[in-house]
Amino acid sequence: MAKQVPVVDYLKLGDPPHLTAHACTSCGALYFDRRNACARCFGRTFTTRVLSNTGTLRTFTVMYRTKKPFVSAIVDLDGGGVVKANLLGVDDPEEITPRMPVELDTFIAGVDDEGTEAVAFGYRPRKVEK
Amino acid sequence: MSSGDVWIIGIAMTPFGRFPDKDLIDLAAEATLDALADADLTMADVNVLALGNVYEANSHNGQRLQKQIGQTGIPVYNVVNACATGATAVRTVMMAILAGEADIGLAVGVEKMGKMGMLGAAAKTREEKKVFEPKGRYGSVMKTEGVLGTGLMPGVFAQAGMEYAFKHGVTITHFAKVAQKNHAHSVLNPLAQYRKEFTLEEILSAEMISYPNTLLMCCPTGDGAAAAVLCSDARLRRLDPDVRRRAIKISASVMTSDPWSDSGQALSDVNTLTRMAADAAYEKAGIGPEDLDLVELHDCFATAELLHYDNLRLCEPGGAGDFIDSGAPWRDGKLPVNVSGGLLSKGHPLGATGIANIYEVVTHLRGEAGQRQIEGARVGLTHVIGLASACAVHILEAPVRR
Repeated sequence: MAKQVPVVDYLKLGDPPHLTAHACTSCGALYFDRRNACARCFGRTFTTRVLSNTGTLRTFTVMYRTKKPFVSAIVDLDGGGVVKANLLGVDDPEEITPRMPVELDTFIAGVDDEGTEAVAFGYRPRKVEK
Repeated sequence: MSSGDVWIIGIAMTPFGRFPDKDLIDLAAEATLDALADADLTMADVNVLALGNVYEANSHNGQRLQKQIGQTGIPVYNVVNACATGATAVRTVMMAILAGEADIGLAVGVEKMGKMGMLGAAAKTREEKKVFEPKGRYGSVMKTEGVLGTGLMPGVFAQAGMEYAFKHGVTITHFAKVAQKNHAHSVLNPLAQYRKEFTLEEILSAEMISYPNTLLMCCPTGDGAAAAVLCSDARLRRLDPDVRRRAIKISASVMTSDPWSDSGQALSDVNTLTRMAADAAYEKAGIGPEDLDLVELHDCFATAELLHYDNLRLCEPGGAGDFIDSGAPWRDGKLPVNVSGGLLSKGHPLGATGIANIYEVVTHLRGEAGQRQIEGARVGLTHVIGLASACAVHILEAPVRR
């Protein structure tokens, strides 16, 4: 199997793949990127927090004038964290509904000259048992 | 008049459009000289200059402008603040006057964009790496636009619009009605980049750019400049009566940036900082949205205008869809919004926009807007927002005529 790396360091390619965030130890604010201090409470220490793989869709758009149209979505993760990613497996905006349940999935976004695959994440609609 | 007031005594803008034969400084000089002439002053009277420009911001354009129109040794500030750049230049001059360092100042905003395509697209290209290697604060191994959602301007404002749609039940037709109105308004504005009316059907069936915004619901890129001459209250009293008669008071000038929110890193919140700025401006001016005769707000996309009806308190909370349905923001409605044609049709040369909207309101408050005049207009509001993020709200008032 080809060597794989995540496209961003907050995606962890474990089993299952999942997201982590830098959590402010004072107020709990979550950040995907490295921060010098907390933008909310100015605290200066952070810990790593594992985020949920499920959530609900807050909003979306479908982007055209690109090589291939894609759905960009903002997802509220269960238990905290708001993330931007592609919505996978849906291309008709009419099928996208407010607070639609979604779950994380991964896909290969590119391969470099050494054959290493870059793995990205997105979200698929999730069936919720009634 | 009171001693703390700052007044606009001269203002001008170039037509917006695409002007391949003019460079950045030609455009800035044209607007500046017209604004000075409007105030019946020359560069000799000006104590401070602020020049706003985004795409050539490292070229010291304020000093380049002086070399074309007058080098008098005054302090020059070159400012950049995304789409709020022009408004930031106005505030810079205003603060210099309020600090007592100047009594007459010049704020200039200028941009030359040509036909540059979707904003954000050009700035984010990165050479494809041959070997993946984590870079930057996100440890990214490749460009993530289109891979992890979108950060392009059409996408951000489309997502902000859909968030409102999901919450308050507005539809793509509500958004399209905003574009229909602003394109119709622009027909009366000789300075607008486009002056063509479209039917709702034409707007809805135009090329989809970023759902729900079609091409006719996105502002164009373009070239243009605007300039304003500001003056202290004390100095105004010594100016010619004809200049005093046409002076417009800046009753409030407020800037905000975005406060922390849990979703801000995923999607810029264009609402909260606009609400903060509007509320502070109403309080400062001592007037409410019901007192406004016209509003020029930042309709970079049709979705944005609808959100800002709510953010600027022009409609009931959650009622932006009903507001556009009622016809209120049309030029013959209860509260005309973007009678200039707005960014959607007048155009949006970034650095110029935050002064051009002040130009529009001042022109109406002076009763000099010709065939697009809003009759009897006495109080107006301007709003700009640039990502991520700077917001400016100005409330302007004509003195009661004696």
